[in-house]
Order: sequence, then C-alpha cells, then structure tokens
Amino acid sequence: MDIGWYLAVSAIVFAIGAGGVLTRRNPLVTLLCLELMLNAANLALIAFSRMHGNGDGQVFAIIVMVVAACEVTVGLGVIVAMHRRRLPIDVDELRELHG
Amino acid sequence: MQTLAWLVLILPLAGSLVSALGFRALVRVSPRLPGVVGTVAIAGAFACSIGLLVKLQDLPADGRQVVFSAWDYVVTGGVDARLSILVDPLSVFMALVVTGVSMLIHLYSTTYLLSDRGYARFFSYLNFFVFSMLVLVLAGNFVILVAGWAFVGAASYLLISFWYRRTTATSAGIKAFVINVVGDVGIVLGTYFIFRHSHTLDFLGTFSQADKLPQGSLTAGLILLLVGAFAKSAQIPLHTWLPDAMEGPTPVSALIHAATMVTAGVYLIARMWPLFEQAPGAADVGSAIGLVTLLVAGTIGLVVTDLKRVIAYSTMSQIGYMIMAVSSGVYVGGLFHLMTHAFFKALLFMAAGSIIGAMAGEQSLDRMGGFRRAMPFTFLCFVVGGLCLAGIPPFSGFFSKDEILSFLGDRGGWYWALYAGGYVGALLTAVYTWRMIFRAFFGEPVPEAAELERGHLHHAEVHVNPANGEVEDTDVGFPGPDHHIAERSLPMKVAMGLLAIAATVGGVLQIPFGATDAVDRFLAPTFAGSRMFEGVHPSDGLTLAGMVLGAAIGLLGIAIAYHVWVRRPGTSAAIQARFAGLHRLFVNKWYFDEAIDALLVRPAAWLGRFFAQTFERLVVDGTLVGGTTGVISAASATVRRLQSGFVRAYAALLLVGLVAVSLYFLLQT
Amino acid sequence: MSAVLFFIAGLGAVAGALGVVFLRNAFYSVLALVCHLLSLAALFLLLDAQFVAAAQVIVYAGAVMVLYVFVVSYVSDASAAMPVGGVGRTTGYLFAVALAAELMIAMLGSGLKAIDSRGAHFAAGFGGPGQIGELLLTKFLFAFEAASFLLLMAAVGAVVLARRRGGVVEEPGRPVLSVMDLIREDNLGSMAEAVNAGHGGER
Repeated sequence: MDIGWYLAVSAIVFAIGAGGVLTRRNPLVTLLCLELMLNAANLALIAFSRMHGNGDGQVFAIIVMVVAACEVTVGLGVIVAMHRRRLPIDVDELRELHG
Repeated sequence: MQTLAWLVLILPLAGSLVSALGFRALVRVSPRLPGVVGTVAIAGAFACSIGLLVKLQDLPADGRQVVFSAWDYVVTGGVDARLSILVDPLSVFMALVVTGVSMLIHLYSTTYLLSDRGYARFFSYLNFFVFSMLVLVLAGNFVILVAGWAFVGAASYLLISFWYRRTTATSAGIKAFVINVVGDVGIVLGTYFIFRHSHTLDFLGTFSQADKLPQGSLTAGLILLLVGAFAKSAQIPLHTWLPDAMEGPTPVSALIHAATMVTAGVYLIARMWPLFEQAPGAADVGSAIGLVTLLVAGTIGLVVTDLKRVIAYSTMSQIGYMIMAVSSGVYVGGLFHLMTHAFFKALLFMAAGSIIGAMAGEQSLDRMGGFRRAMPFTFLCFVVGGLCLAGIPPFSGFFSKDEILSFLGDRGGWYWALYAGGYVGALLTAVYTWRMIFRAFFGEPVPEAAELERGHLHHAEVHVNPANGEVEDTDVGFPGPDHHIAERSLPMKVAMGLLAIAATVGGVLQIPFGATDAVDRFLAPTFAGSRMFEGVHPSDGLTLAGMVLGAAIGLLGIAIAYHVWVRRPGTSAAIQARFAGLHRLFVNKWYFDEAIDALLVRPAAWLGRFFAQTFERLVVDGTLVGGTTGVISAASATVRRLQSGFVRAYAALLLVGLVAVSLYFLLQT
Repeated sequence: MSAVLFFIAGLGAVAGALGVVFLRNAFYSVLALVCHLLSLAALFLLLDAQFVAAAQVIVYAGAVMVLYVFVVSYVSDASAAMPVGGVGRTTGYLFAVALAAELMIAMLGSGLKAIDSRGAHFAAGFGGPGQIGELLLTKFLFAFEAASFLLLMAAVGAVVLARRRGGVVEEPGRPVLSVMDLIREDNLGSMAEAVNAGHGGER
C-alpha cells in the first residue's frame, strides 16, 4: 500500500484519541486515549521511516514508546494516590487547582 | 587687600562654628567664653573692615571698585556664577556699619543673656547672622546676593525664635520667615528678568549694560527686586513681621531689626542705582512706598503700648525715610541716615533692654513709669537716642534726616509731596519717641522702680510670657532667671556709651554748607556717573530753611509730648476718646494683619484643606489609584476565569491551539 | 495480499480506537486498546519495521497494558458507571472531527511525492534489531541515554507517588520558628502568613 494510506490511518486514530481526551471523564480512560494519540504518532513515524528508507523514524518511535511507558507509570501512580485518598476518580470533580 | 576682604567674611563664620561645635566645651571653661569668642570674631572683622577702608583709599579714585573671585560655580552656557565679592566704597561703608554696631551689640549681649541656657547657641546664631549680612553687602554678583539674602532671613528666623519653647516666639519667627521668602522669590525673579537681557550675573557687568536693557523687562525686574527689598526692610505691605519679631531677645532686635538686616533693602536699591536710574517708574514705586510706610508706621507708633514695638515702628518709619531717599536718588543722604540710625536705634534698643531687665521681663509701657532716678545711665541713653531720632541739632539724626529732605525738595515736582510727608513724619516721630521716654521715665515711680532705687533689682517669682501671660520655666528654650541692667554691668555700659557718643558726634561727618562731606566724598566712586548723585544739590537757602524747619518740628514734637504725657496726664485719654475711630485704626495697625489673613492665609488654608480632604480622596485615591487598580483587578479577574481547574477545558484549549497553528501553516502553503 | 492485511489491520486499529473512546466500562476500554495495539503491530510489520513491531507487542501490549489492567482493577468501582462527557461533549467530538479533517487535508495537500509510493528502496537489515541497535548507539546515543534517565525518574516517581504518607504533620502547640519569623513584621500579607493562617485555620 502507499505510504499515504498509513498516514491516513494515523490521522484518524489521532483524531479519535483527541476526541476521547476531550470527552471522557475517567482519568484512566483519558490516559488510554493519550496512548492512542502516541501510537498514532508512532505509526506516522514508522511510515515515514519506510518512506525515507532509513531507520531514524524507528528509533524515534522506540523512544516515544519509552516516554509513553514512563508517562503511564507516573500517571497511574497519581491515580492510585487519588484512590488512596478517597477522592472521586473523575476529572470533572477534581478542579480545586483553579485561579 | 584680598586677604582682608575674605577675612571679613571668614572671621564671623569661624566664630559661629566655634561656638556651635564647642558649646559644651566652651561653657565649661568659662560661662562667658562663647560671648567673648563671638565678640572677638566680630571685632576682628571690624578691624579688617577698617583695613579695607584704608587700603581702598590708597587706590586711585576710578579704580575703587575691585572684584575678588574665589572660585567658579557655574561658568558655562550663558551663566557666570562665581563666588565673587565686590569691594567698593559702598560695600566697605556697609561692612563698617554692620561690623561696628554688631561688635558693640555682641559686647552688650555677653552680659545681657548671661543666665540664659542657650548662651553659646545665641552667639553662634548672632555670628552667623553677621556673616550672612556681610555676604550680602560684599556680594559681587546676583548669586551671592541671593545667597546672603536667604541666609540673613534664616538667621533672623533662628534668632526671633531663640526662645523656642515660647509659642508666640516661634509663630513670630515663622511669620517673619514666610514674608521674607516672598521677598526672596521677588529677588530671584527680578534677577531673572534682568539677567535674560544682560546675560551676566556680575554686578559691574550688568551695570555697564544698564542703558541697553529693554525698559519693560527692566522695570518689571526692578519692581520684583523692590518686593524683596520691601520684605526685608519691612515696608508696606510686607511689614507685618517686624513688630512680631520683637519676640526675640533685645540684642537681636537691636542688631537685626534696627541696624542691619532691615537696611538690606536700602543697600539693595543703592547698589542697583544704575538700573533704577534707567527705570524711573520702579524708582517712583520705591519712593511712594517709603513715604506711605513712614507715615503709617508713625501713626501706629503713637498708640502702641509695648516698649519694643514702639521702637520697632520707629524703625519701620525711619527705614521708610531711607527707602524714599535712595529710590529718589538721594544716595548719600539715605546711606548716611542708615549709619546714624544704626547708632541711635541700636542704642535705644539696648536701653530698652535695660529697662525691661529692671521690670523683670515686663515690656508694657502701661506698667512703667518714673525710672529716672533709679536708672540714670539708661535714662541718659534714651535721651540721647530720642534727641537723635527727633532730629534735634547737633545730634547726628538731625543732619542725616535733613539732608534727605532738602535733597528731595531740590528734585522738585512731585517730590515736594515726599518733602512735606517727610516733615509730617518727623513731627510724628518726635511725638511718639518722647511719649515713650516720658511715660517710662517720668511720673510716679512704679513698684519696680522704687525697688531699684532702694538697691534691689526686681525678680519675678513666677516667670510668665509678657505677651500672653503663659507660665514658663527658666530652662533651655525660655529666658534665663536673671535679668541685667546697664547700671550694674560694665560691658553693657561700654557698648551703650560708645553708641551714645557715636550718635551724638556722628553728624560731624556730613555737615551741610560744605563744612564736611566725608561720606559724600567716600561714596563718590560708587556713584560715579549717576545723574542724581551729581545733579541734585539743594541750594543754600533750601538747606537752611530745611534745617530750621526740622529743628523746629523736632522741638515742637517734644513739647507736644511733654504737654500730653507729663504736664496734663489725662490729656491722652481725652484725645483717645475724641478720636476713637482713628485710635482704633491705629491700635489695630491699620488692619494689615487682618487683611493679609483674609486675602491670603484663609484662601491658602482652604485650598490646602480642599486638596487634602476632597481632591486627595476623590481624584488621587479614587480615580487614579483606585481606578488603575480597579481596571487591573477586573482584567485579571476576567483572565483568571480561564484557569478553571477543569482538565478537559485545558485539553480543549491545547487542541484548539494546535488546530489553529496547523491551519495557519497549511494556509500559508 | 498486503493490501488485504493492511485493511484488516487498519480496521482493527480504528475499531480499537473507537472502542477505547466509546466503551463505558474502563476495563473494556483497556481491552480495546490492547486490540488496537496488536493491529498497530501488524501495520508496523507491513512497513518492514520488525523490531518496532516486536517491541510494540512486548513492551506496550505486554507490559504497559498489564499495568493498566492492574490499576483499573484496583481503582474501579463496579457500581460506579462513569457517564461519558458532561460539559462540552459535542464540542469535543466536533473538535476531533475538525482535527481529522485538517490532518487529512494536510496530508493530501502536501507536496510530498513519496507518499504516493511504497517507500524508498532500503537495504537488507532495515528494521532489524541490528540496525536499530547501531543507530541507538551511534547517531542517537544522547537520546538513548536521556531515555534511560527518564526511565529512572519515572521509576523513582512511581515509588514516591505510591508510598503511604499522610501529608505534613505539625505538632499542635509547637510552632516552628525560623530566622525570617524574627526579622519579618506581622500582618504585612506575606505568603508565609497566608500559609500559616491556612494551617491555623484548618486546625
């Protein structure tokens, strides 16, 4: 298939992920949607790497995976801490940090 | 000669600093030491002035105006401000008068204020005053003149408020200072008006261009300078501070408010004669104000009951004569009268101090009487001073006053009005002077006089402020516990005696009909080229008529005073009842204080209150400060609503931003 | 053949994504994401990125998703059904659609000719672990080291976040003095006062 098709899939998945971030109230699902966006970016990177014919994009994608893993770690740690303190696991309820 | 000139200035300043810095140390050595330091400093300055006189006479007649410059302040951009002094006959004349009289007053004060806790402070201030006055008279350019002018005002304030815990004294000091500041503003503005056309601040440079200065600016500038002269010399309408200034100790009144500071205006007009002769309008203003002052002050002097205030109004009146004289071109007459007036007025004030001492601080004529037998020396001094003031020959006051009036008569035209007014004023002068003398020394001795005849000086058990009866103590800031009279104090006697001799024989310097004209010849180099100086000479007939008229009026005045206050004691009460309206006008000092209060003080106070309460509250705090903060608070409140704490909103903003940026780049390509 | 595989994997990816967003239960969303990740791995294979595909399955689908499953189980309360959205739900969807449209336009309208091709000619070993390893240790060494540092920080952060602690404990009645308390004047509205007032107010 042409590279363009892969990019189209990447764009659609990215947009779906963005919609999920804007819409879902459960912070866990928000993080999942963030993962969707990261993966879409990975797909685009791999596609371009294939397009150019060198491995730079793939290395970039691996680093992105590392970052995603770290982010998930810390994010889930925050959610666990929230659960420990008996706070509601709802993004709309937690809005004390305002001006 | 340059050394002598600078020493004249430096010695009083050094005396002031020594007394100021060492006030504790000096008093521990000897209680009189600050006084001795002060007197010696001024004596040194006097000796240097005599040296200057001698050296000046050695110079050729057309080279007797010498300028010495110590350093430059600002000499660039069209301004030439230097620390320069002008040594010429006029300034040496003034320096001699100032240092001579103040030397004797310092001598008098060494005893007069001996028990006062502020003894050293007094001499420091007094020396500083003499220094300032010498700066003023020796100034060689407008900058130093203004500096001296301001210093003299400051010294006057310090000395009037010398007994600073007395509210009447401090109020008087503030009043004097504020009115003097009005004069200072006039001098500075006047200087500007003249400077912008002459382009030099130097006196001699300005005078050489006198005929090239445009008339309008020159007249305006000179009238502003006259405002300064009137404030300093207590002429109407800036005269209200002088009677109140009698709150200061008597030596202060003698030195500043009789002999020296108030003559600064006369000196100014005489010094600026080239400019005044080019602007006759300004000169006429000076003459007119001088006439009005001498008459008004004379009328007020007839009714005041405070001894020092009588002498103060007499000073105002005599300065009116001098201002009238120098404004009308009678320079020698005015300056000679300045010198003789310094002698006999200082003498009168010193003698008044002696009587006030005998009365333990009481100054009201109503409570005095019959001191003739108790205080013969003081009485003699009063008589000498009174005869000079009334213009009786052969005393000095007669020659100086008649010289002024006969020269005025010679000028003719509207100056005859000045001539007539001058003689009316002379009559008033004689009357109020001898009223004072007769009331204080004749009649039944009051209890204090009787006590003194028995050999005991009256002491007050409770010290009070003579003006308003407030109880005081004798600690620092109030007069000391002891009072001194001339009869018991040698320094006071020496000082008063020397002044009495000078007042008596001083007339010999300038006897008319060409007998002697020492003052005239001495001052000639300063006034060389003056139309008035060279052109106005009264004829012998006019001079003789004037002398006879003057002597007659003086004797008439003494006779009237004798009749009203000695022969028929009830006469003055009868006259008061008959002319009650006039009496009220004179007693209220022609309502000048009330007028100034209504016209200037109240509106200023109202303006201040308005700004403090209303303007400050509404405009500054409300609109400017409150408005600014309000706008900023509202703006930040609006912006703050973006920070909702709502995570999805933040994500939405992020995405919107991303979309917008990519759209921008997309549209570009 | 590859086209068929592409369409299957692509549909799987999109379906998984939609499942993540629209499924109510968080657990189901996790499972949908796993499906999406596996489809993505297939797509990577189609693009000759073998190593990345393997890493995707092992690391992402294997480790990260397992972590997610643990946390979702720990945190989720079965009775609490979280409604989707709330405020601004439609706007969110609209944004997503707008974003998709824009990205498609960007992609289609770009002048990149190579998009229409199947990719450049590549050497053997492309996408293999050897090539990736070599790149990581030579050209992208700094990124490699930084990534490892990042992993370290994440690990420490996770430990810190998850440990039991109850907040700053202040013994009542024993205020802690500092030099600033001695120097600073009272009632000037400083930050320290605000903090202390908050603490005092709470107690």
